[in-house]
Amino acid sequence: MNLTTEKNNSASNTLNNNQKAFLDISHIDMVFPTPTGGFTALKEVDLQINKGEFISLIGHSGCGKSTVLNIVAGLYQATKGGILLKNKEVNEPGPERAVVFQNHSLLPWLTAYQNVELAVKQVFKKGMSKGEMKEWIEYNLKLVHMDHAMHKRPNEISGGMKQRVGIARALAMQPEVLLMDEPFGALDALTRAHMQDSLMEIQNELNNTVIMITHDVDEAVLLSDRIVMMTNGPEATIGEILDVKLERPRSRLSLAKDLEYNRLRSEVLTFLYEKQRKVENINSNAPTSKAASKQVVNET
Amino acid sequence: MSSTAVNINNSTSTEKIMETLKGIVNKFTNAMILPVIGITVFLFFWSISAQNIHTSLGKFPGPNAVIEQLSSLYDEHVTERAKADAFYQRLEKRNAAKLEKNPNYVAKVRTYTGKETFIDQIFTSLFTVTSGFLVAAIIAIPLGIWMGLSQKLNSALNPIVQIFKPVSPLAWLPLVTMVVSALYVSDDPMVSKSFLTSMITVSLCSLWPMVINTSIGVSSIDSDLINVSKVLRLPALTHIQKIVLPASIPMIFTGMRLSFGVAWMVLIAAEMLAQNPGLGKFVWDEFQNGSSDSLARIMAAVVVIGFIGFLLDRIMLQLQRRVSWDKSSVNV
Repeated sequence: MNLTTEKNNSASNTLNNNQKAFLDISHIDMVFPTPTGGFTALKEVDLQINKGEFISLIGHSGCGKSTVLNIVAGLYQATKGGILLKNKEVNEPGPERAVVFQNHSLLPWLTAYQNVELAVKQVFKKGMSKGEMKEWIEYNLKLVHMDHAMHKRPNEISGGMKQRVGIARALAMQPEVLLMDEPFGALDALTRAHMQDSLMEIQNELNNTVIMITHDVDEAVLLSDRIVMMTNGPEATIGEILDVKLERPRSRLSLAKDLEYNRLRSEVLTFLYEKQRKVENINSNAPTSKAASKQVVNET
Repeated sequence: MSSTAVNINNSTSTEKIMETLKGIVNKFTNAMILPVIGITVFLFFWSISAQNIHTSLGKFPGPNAVIEQLSSLYDEHVTERAKADAFYQRLEKRNAAKLEKNPNYVAKVRTYTGKETFIDQIFTSLFTVTSGFLVAAIIAIPLGIWMGLSQKLNSALNPIVQIFKPVSPLAWLPLVTMVVSALYVSDDPMVSKSFLTSMITVSLCSLWPMVINTSIGVSSIDSDLINVSKVLRLPALTHIQKIVLPASIPMIFTGMRLSFGVAWMVLIAAEMLAQNPGLGKFVWDEFQNGSSDSLARIMAAVVVIGFIGFLLDRIMLQLQRRVSWDKSSVNV
């Protein structure tokens, strides 16, 4: 474990010397074909991410956050531009870019342990003995505090626990980049807070490179090193990037009164609800509301 | 004061007991009494209307006549078995006697050639339907998985499946008969032609529900699970084994249950025309025989066919319960 992380660190240092980002999302356009012609979901999305950085993508629903994540994962192919991970182009999905899906997507016929095992067996087929695999699976389940229920099936555990197993599965792949698509979106507020704390704890220990999509302003400020705010679609792109320079480890209680925290929070809120206000008129249909929101973009 | 309190306590506990009793009675009524009432009413109307239907072979059989025939069919089976046993004993004795006289004598083994009893015919039918169903499953499930995985193959084969699905077994049968007679030529045939014809007809008709359900099951797998497989870069075979098969097991089994039902229905028709010695042939022979018992015997066969069909469905359901991870998909 330690050896590999050290190696990665030295690798990233040389990369930094060459002035290349660890993960380079380079001038991406995404056009979806529709019966009435192409729909441009993303236009000129450009973002460089360093190793060990925690990035949040925030924006209104339908702004193409998930599309960006899917392109980085390799599940979609960008129409223009591309992704470079450690200077290598990404053009198909792979375990070095593990995904935590919004609705956990555990295989319902396998136990928590077996779900993680499927990933570990596939990724470390050659490098690990059976005993090492078992240890590694249990280590990851312990990391997300699921060691007590690792032989239960997804339908026997709660939503939060399922998401924990999903995270354990992704972590067990030892990914270069961890991609999380609204990982806590489907959870209740208390469970979500608990999961955020767990994630910070894990991040403290492993220092992964993470891209997380979220709707939750507090979550974004609490967890991220940088918050990437996206404009409304169509032709969505990166509106603003906010550096979060709060000291770690962070605690949600002490941050609640922190001036910097509240300033960052209100900046994100201002971006979302003033600069990129989504006009949702109940009487008007979708295209006009999109046109209206575009107008707001132009005004700013 | 205290006595009233005790009274109240008593009354609430008796109420509780009454309620639980009511629950038990309700359950019992639903599970036992109502079906019994339903069957009784049915038997009543059956016997009333049977008495008023006159055919050239006498009155239409009522429940009594059917029960009578069922027991006589069983008796016939027992006597036939006794005859067969006696035959084999005689054969053994004769062979032993001949061997005593001449040590070089090679014993002749003859099989008993008495007629098939109703019970034998039931087993022939079960064997034929199972063989036909298994042949269909071996073809249909892999084909269905392939069709579910490949949208192109699905588009190519779907019209063919849709056209052949509603074809009656009676339409297939002459074709199958001729093809089997032409191709299955052997001096020492392993199975009879009539068996092969019935089996292939059963397969042809029970293929389609399995193909359709399997392909739907496979193509409707949650796209997130497919994405998991993609992110893990699972090889094609592992993908099918670890993701596709378990995910579509509930739908595959639904298709298998449907197919087995179709197979059992088709079998009777196929056996009638192909003269495979099963229940279908029994019905046909009784119809041709035209004795005063014939209609009652056919009606007995109808009851037995229905009952076996029901049992087969239950067996498939139990199998599905055992194999499927998704217990909610297992509906009665």
